[in-house]
Amino acid sequence: MDWLYVLMPIAGVKIFWPGLIILGVGVGIIGGFFGMGGAWMVTPGLNILGFPMAFAIGTDIAHMAGKSLISTMRHGKFGNVDYKLGLIMLVGTVVGFEAGAQMVMWLERIGSVEKVVRWIYIALLAFIAWMVFHDVAKRKAKERAALARGEKLTGLETGVEWHKALHKIKIPPMVHLKEAGIYCSAWLPIFVSFFTGWLAGILGIGGGLIRMPALIYMIGCPTHVAVGTDLFEVAISGLYGAATYTWKGRTELVAAMIMLVGAAMGAQVGAVATKYIKGYGIRIAFGLAVIGCAVSILLKLVQPWLPAYKDVLNTASTVLVLGLVSCMSIYIFVRMVQGVKMELAAKNRRV
Amino acid sequence: MITVLLCPGFALAAGGGGAAPIVLVADTRKLTGVMAWWANLYNESHFQFMILTVILIPLTGVIFGVIADIIMSGIGIDLKSRDLAEH
Repeated sequence: MDWLYVLMPIAGVKIFWPGLIILGVGVGIIGGFFGMGGAWMVTPGLNILGFPMAFAIGTDIAHMAGKSLISTMRHGKFGNVDYKLGLIMLVGTVVGFEAGAQMVMWLERIGSVEKVVRWIYIALLAFIAWMVFHDVAKRKAKERAALARGEKLTGLETGVEWHKALHKIKIPPMVHLKEAGIYCSAWLPIFVSFFTGWLAGILGIGGGLIRMPALIYMIGCPTHVAVGTDLFEVAISGLYGAATYTWKGRTELVAAMIMLVGAAMGAQVGAVATKYIKGYGIRIAFGLAVIGCAVSILLKLVQPWLPAYKDVLNTASTVLVLGLVSCMSIYIFVRMVQGVKMELAAKNRRV
Repeated sequence: MITVLLCPGFALAAGGGGAAPIVLVADTRKLTGVMAWWANLYNESHFQFMILTVILIPLTGVIFGVIADIIMSGIGIDLKSRDLAEH
């Protein structure tokens, strides 16, 4: 079975290459569907496959750039990418990320920052999960109220409508974002992207996990446009990240390319699946992914208080993340197959 | 004796505790063909290695993404439009 292992030329370790492809397919489907890079899922996966941590982040970012690019192209063809909004937000994201990174360095100089950052991360994820499920509950309440009046709620109705209050701020210049169907002050996406970039910089993450809900709840993007536009940003920042990590010699390109074989195909599946799963279906699945991510971080955070269970907690965290990746990617794939069957049956009926 | 024991402390106080930049070198002895060339390129120039990465990553993504497109189109999935107006 030696042929199932490939020697990584830079890291110098032998890796089970079908495992890299399977991991790539899983995170590709989830990334293309939710509009995020998914570093929190890839790192434990690479670790299990025996990858040295020194190369894990760079390799992850390199494959992320490729898969996000192809999903952006697919989402773009569906009209899910608002390039104008993406470019405006890119400015705020870059400046915000740098401000966040500088703040972390300042915090490091005055004391221990790692634990604080992780607890902020947990609080943020808890808030995002609450926001998603609060929105779903509010929308359901609206549906029931409409039903009681003998009416049916349109697909454009939402539960949480914070963006409507933010759209009332009319500070010039005003911008019309065609794909997102929004007319607002240009300062709104700039401020939101600066804020999400700043948080991502502090937490040391790509930011898709924060930017996607911010696009929905603060800017008011439809779910599909939020997914597509976020992927556009991940593709650009991922390519920059791949360049800078490779420049520092921290990318195992062979592993990234093998993962990309699965991830590029998986990303296409995930992007196409947004055709068949409705906006609120994506939001609920996203909320569950956020909870999974929060629990896995919590399992790592409690380790100092439970040193005897360190190994058990580490294993539980990895199993949770990989189990979540498997379950979600299988769920998205199955729903996509069901949608395709219905689409083909409808096409055949028309013929 | 005391001076020797306190040496690390003095060195740290003087700013000598910072980690030196780690230089990673690929071991090319076991490699042949493309892999050996690849690892040598990494050892010789991170800049050239970076340029190649920035070209190869999007290229690979697009190639396999297009293959997935062809497969899905072959199945009969409509990849050009979506009939969804929902938030």
